Amino acid sequence: MMDNKRRKFLKMAGATVLAGISAPAIVKLSSTDAVASGGGQEAAAGGHSQSAAGASSARIRLGMVVDMRVFYQDQALLDVAIEACVKAHNIPEIPDRKSEIKWIWKTGYENAFPEHSHNHRSQILEHNQFAVLCNHCDNPSCVKACPTKATFVVEKNGIVAMDFHRCIGCRFCMAACPFGARSFNWQDPRPFIKRYNPDFPTRMRGVVEKCNFCGERLALGLEPACVEACKGTGALVFGDLNDADSEIRKVLDEEFTIQRKPSAGTIPSVFYIV
Amino acid sequence: MIEKTLKGKPAYWIWLAILGALIAIGWACYFRQYAFGLGLTGMSRDVSWGLYISQFTFLVGVAAGGLMLVLPYYIHNYKAFARITILGEFLAISALVMCLMFIMADLGQPLRGLNVIFFPTPHSMLFWDMCVLWGYLLLNVLCGWVILTAERKQVPPPKWIYIFVAISIPFAVSIHTVTAMLYCGLPGRHFWLSAIIAPRFLASAFAAGPSLILIACLVMRKYADFDAGKEAISKLTTIIMYAVIINTFFFLLEFFVGYYSEVPGHIHSLQYLFFGLEHNGEVYNNLVPFMWVATLFNFTGLGILAYMKIFKVFDYRLVGTAAVLIFLALWTDKGLGFVFAGFVPNPLEEVTEYIPTLNELGITIGVWATGFFLLTLLYKIAIGVEHEVEQ
Repeated sequence: MMDNKRRKFLKMAGATVLAGISAPAIVKLSSTDAVASGGGQEAAAGGHSQSAAGASSARIRLGMVVDMRVFYQDQALLDVAIEACVKAHNIPEIPDRKSEIKWIWKTGYENAFPEHSHNHRSQILEHNQFAVLCNHCDNPSCVKACPTKATFVVEKNGIVAMDFHRCIGCRFCMAACPFGARSFNWQDPRPFIKRYNPDFPTRMRGVVEKCNFCGERLALGLEPACVEACKGTGALVFGDLNDADSEIRKVLDEEFTIQRKPSAGTIPSVFYIV
Repeated sequence: MIEKTLKGKPAYWIWLAILGALIAIGWACYFRQYAFGLGLTGMSRDVSWGLYISQFTFLVGVAAGGLMLVLPYYIHNYKAFARITILGEFLAISALVMCLMFIMADLGQPLRGLNVIFFPTPHSMLFWDMCVLWGYLLLNVLCGWVILTAERKQVPPPKWIYIFVAISIPFAVSIHTVTAMLYCGLPGRHFWLSAIIAPRFLASAFAAGPSLILIACLVMRKYADFDAGKEAISKLTTIIMYAVIINTFFFLLEFFVGYYSEVPGHIHSLQYLFFGLEHNGEVYNNLVPFMWVATLFNFTGLGILAYMKIFKVFDYRLVGTAAVLIFLALWTDKGLGFVFAGFVPNPLEEVTEYIPTLNELGITIGVWATGFFLLTLLYKIAIGVEHEVEQ
């Protein structure tokens, strides 16, 4: 049942990606290049503004539910998900905490949810690690701050994407993000990539990067790497928040969920069942 | 007029040589950073802006501070500032050049800097900051040069220049307001998210800029045979005194809001700056000594100025001491504490302290030396012209 729904979503996600690009002849190029590089060419194709196909297809807003109940049972699963992301995106593993690059990572409850924190937390919250990643906010403060539009909202699916080739490395977005979701390449990251994945570009020093909700994989009809790593467990539910029939909406309708720092007003797209 | 820079006493050349050496060190350090990346600095994922941006922020204030001379002289026709208004304009030029250099030093991809112009983004405050900084720089170059040229020819400046002088007044306010908006518009950074940041920046700017001009006047009085005049100096100390009082008042209001409301986000950064922030059993306090020394300097400087006003005393040594103390206090407040503490704690309530590296200090000193080098040349020209006119 669940898998069926997911398949339905993927079909739909794939279809929108194709629709967004409009000309079938460039689909192949786009699915590898444009989305994979974080939207550089998408920008040229209208990614910054209303896309040409925007009128015919309803606007999709991708989101994620992190069901911590699954991770409480299996903390190792979170490591598997993180590992999948590291591998998919050539994320350098830099030992020095100062220069770390993190897209999805683990942290304590009081770190992930300082606004929902108090002195008498349950043992479960106290002793588990929580997955944190870019919230792909509906009203992202990083996008507002960026002086070159190197980070922007992809109109057709709501992903907050990065153009690594336009970023000047001013790090204004890092100061602006209320979730600490952004990392800066303080040095050449390439020597720190453990397993090189030729399907995704590596970055150069001096640019900011972060989770891209696997825009490059969605373009190929694949799920995000972390979601795929947790397949069948329901730990990470991914889908269109604007589609009332989607699996993620069903979960959100049924369960009590919280978000990180709702008071910042950025309207995150990542929800947590804790 | 540039030829005025080519003649000087040995002290002038020694001073330029020292600055030149520091500039060379700065460039050497910058090449190292350019080759490796910003990893050669003490900045980190958590404290993603450091000395470069904090110096930039402070120097925008120094540039805006020139307004405290331009406004009385041009708008209120205060004649005692006739000789030194040009110093305010030239200080603004040097300070803005330093600002732009610090921005470039801070960019991860400096060669892409022009992307800010190629892809103008009005919803980014950095875009507007670029506009007003360049605007103010060009206005000061234009006004300073035209007015000084007229003075040299001993004719009144052309009427049209006063339009630009008038425009430069709101521009001076705007450069520091927009710079404050870089900080005070960010959700999730509680220390910066305060409506009083822009007024506080302006108040401290109107003390820091004139303090530096005052110090320059005293140095030039001793070494360059240039007397700004007792009345001008005395008026400057009044301006500085009130600006410091207002700045201190604004700062104390931040303390009240934090410690009376006891909202943690409003306390954390102040706690980190002045008392040390305890986190997971460890106390983070590397800025505490700086902040208390700055507090001491601030109130001592203020005390000296108040003493001079109340007891009608005038002494160049007292003026100099007060100006130096106040300048250092304001530099510590805005050029260190304000930027660094905004990142503590980080959005995940973890604490990372920032300690600049030697390479980073080298670049920072190099940029300051470049600014002072330029300032020296500009002041040499200004004084040269005044001496020429007097003969």
